[in-house]
Amino acid sequence: MTSSPRPFWPPLVAGFALGIALLVTFLVTGHGLGASGFVTRLTAQISAWLAPGMTDANAYFGPFIKAGAPLASWITWEVVGVLIGAFVGARTAGRTKVMVERGPQASVGQRFAFAFVGGALVGIGGRLARGCTSGLGLSGGATLAVAGFVFLAGFFIAGFVTSAFIRRAWQ
Amino acid sequence: MSIPFYDGGVASGLLSGLLFGYVLEAAGFGSARKLTGQFSLKDWAVFKVMFTAVLVTAVGLYLLRLGGVIAGNSVFIPTLYFWAIAAGGILIGAGFAMGGYCPGTSLVGVVSGRIDAVIFVVGMIAGTMVFAWLFEPLQGFYLAAKGPDAQRLPDLLGLPEWLILAVLIVIAIAGFILGSKLERARGGPFTAEEVLTQENSEANENKIPLNTKAGIVQ
Repeated sequence: MTSSPRPFWPPLVAGFALGIALLVTFLVTGHGLGASGFVTRLTAQISAWLAPGMTDANAYFGPFIKAGAPLASWITWEVVGVLIGAFVGARTAGRTKVMVERGPQASVGQRFAFAFVGGALVGIGGRLARGCTSGLGLSGGATLAVAGFVFLAGFFIAGFVTSAFIRRAWQ
Repeated sequence: MSIPFYDGGVASGLLSGLLFGYVLEAAGFGSARKLTGQFSLKDWAVFKVMFTAVLVTAVGLYLLRLGGVIAGNSVFIPTLYFWAIAAGGILIGAGFAMGGYCPGTSLVGVVSGRIDAVIFVVGMIAGTMVFAWLFEPLQGFYLAAKGPDAQRLPDLLGLPEWLILAVLIVIAIAGFILGSKLERARGGPFTAEEVLTQENSEANENKIPLNTKAGIVQ
């Protein structure tokens, strides 16, 4: 590396900034931030390209297709903003690097397998819960919604239990 | 003009997203090792950043309501479907511990150059397809144990909102103190420099005789 990356923000500073960003979002839109809603719309669109008949008939994707272009939604623009904001931040701080980030004892193949399976579990979980860490945990928690705290309890408990079983993946 | 504006347009989405993405990246949340460090207790950034953000927004919304800037029922509050939301939280916690990301942070990982984050996103799309295929048989579970519409902790517990906020602030402070102690004990938290330096096992083996006390003694 030619120059060292700028340090991450202290958690308290990042937490305050994230809280302000979330509050601004609530005041502008009436709802919070999200991410998995975009993945749902993207998947419905991909499914419609691959198998239009099956997608129309599907009980979950059908309504998204009938309502028009699934990706024509606020959350798509929010995700475009996330990608630009995160890239600009990482780039200007010298924190972009093309790499496979993994634990010191994990092979690239194992990391990819865990990333895929973990992603699939998150994909299913987000649809069951009707939201993810952003939509339910962060935004739901900030409205003091009971649903947000039930989600967060499940998230942290399962995270600690799973992590204990796969310690070698990261350490 | 009343607040919130209920603006669902392009500019509003881009603004919210830009702020969200920039702050997540600055917090270090494009790094799978920093994120999963929460569950080995070496890095408490996930707890600290999330809890702080939840409380800043919750106190902000409370004060804006008290000051009459926004009305009582003016922002979206999710409704509880106990089993589906608990199971979804469990699956996302397990998938996060394995895969290293959640949906939002995986996007930050992708634009930070993490190939593992790209694989994670592909996995999420596959998982969403699986859910859609299984949706019909899952519908009973999906809708089971529904709570009251838009129920909040003050409604559930019958306590005033300021008291709940005060208790959550005390829990957050305790978490910060405990977390920082554990981070120091475990050699954390991860710095930007550390997460960009990928050590594989061969490199570790080569380094052991040079860096450890045992190596120096020999």
